Amino acid sequence: MLLIRCPFCRMERPELEFRHAGAAHRLRPADPAAVSDRDWGEFLHDRDNIRGITAERWHHVHGCGRFFNALRDTVSDVFLATYEPGAPRPDVPGAGQ
Amino acid sequence: MDEAPSPETAEMPPLLNRPGFARLLPVLGLGRLVFRGVPAAEARLGAALGLALPAINRMVHRGERGEPGARALMRFGPDELLLLLPRGELESAIAAISQACAAEPHILVDVSDRHLGFVLEGPAVAAILHSGCPLDLDPRAFPVGMATRSLFHKAEILLWRIAPMLFRIETGRSFAPYLVAQIGAGARDLG
Ligand SMILES: [Zn+2]
Repeated sequence: MLLIRCPFCRMERPELEFRHAGAAHRLRPADPAAVSDRDWGEFLHDRDNIRGITAERWHHVHGCGRFFNALRDTVSDVFLATYEPGAPRPDVPGAGQ
Repeated sequence: MDEAPSPETAEMPPLLNRPGFARLLPVLGLGRLVFRGVPAAEARLGAALGLALPAINRMVHRGERGEPGARALMRFGPDELLLLLPRGELESAIAAISQACAAEPHILVDVSDRHLGFVLEGPAVAAILHSGCPLDLDPRAFPVGMATRSLFHKAEILLWRIAPMLFRIETGRSFAPYLVAQIGAGARDLG
C-alpha cells in the first residue's frame, strides 16, 4: 500500500486514510467580484495536468482531519514531499522546478 | 495499564469470546467531550484535569475505566482533543472545564452519544484488526498509548492501544453493527 507522510501527524500513513483535494498554491482572488469572467473561470477550472512533478492538496480525512500540500510525480505516483499549507513549494532534487 | 471490565460491561455478553484468541466487549457508561481551543485554553484544560496534554495521536490517562475520577485524554488532530470520563461525571466536568477555560477561546462539545465503543483483547487482536485496518499495528509502529483515527473496512474508527494485546475501538453509532460484523468476520477468517 502507498504510504503518505502527513506533515501534521508527522508519520507515514496508509493512502486509504487520505483524499485528494485538487491543485495546490492556487490563491483565491481577494475580491472575486472585481475579477473578469475569464480570470475567474481560469481560477476555477484551468489546471495544468502535468506529466511529472505536480503540487497538490491532500486531506488526511480519516486521520487528523487536516489539509496539506504534496509534491507528487504523476508518472510514478511517488510522493517527493509533503508540507503544511502556506509553506512555499519545497525544492526537491530532480523535481525540475 | 490493565483495564478491568467496568461494572456495565461485565453485565453485557461479549460480542466475540474465544478464550486464548480474542474477546470483543461493548463499553457502556462513557461520557465523551470534544475540546478544541488555543494553546492557552488547552493548558487550562490540562491543569483543570490534572493531566499532561498528549502529543498528536497519543493518549494520557488517569485511573482505570469506570472508576470514579477516571479520565482519558487523546489528541486526534493538531488542535482536536477528546476526553473520556464516567458518564455520571459529565455535568460536573463540563462545568469545571468551562470555568477553567472561560478566559480563552475554546469549544467544548458533549458527543457522548455519537460513538459506540468496544474493547478488543487477546493474543489475536492485532491480526483481527489487520483484516480491516490499513495501519501497521506492530508495537513498534503502533505502541501502547497511541490513539488515532483510521478506517476499519468502510467505517471510520478511533483506535487506541491500552496494552500490547488490548485495544479500544470506537465508531459512529450507526456504523457499530457493521464494525462488529466485520470484526467477527475477520476473527472467523483467522480460523
Ligand atoms: Zn494527519
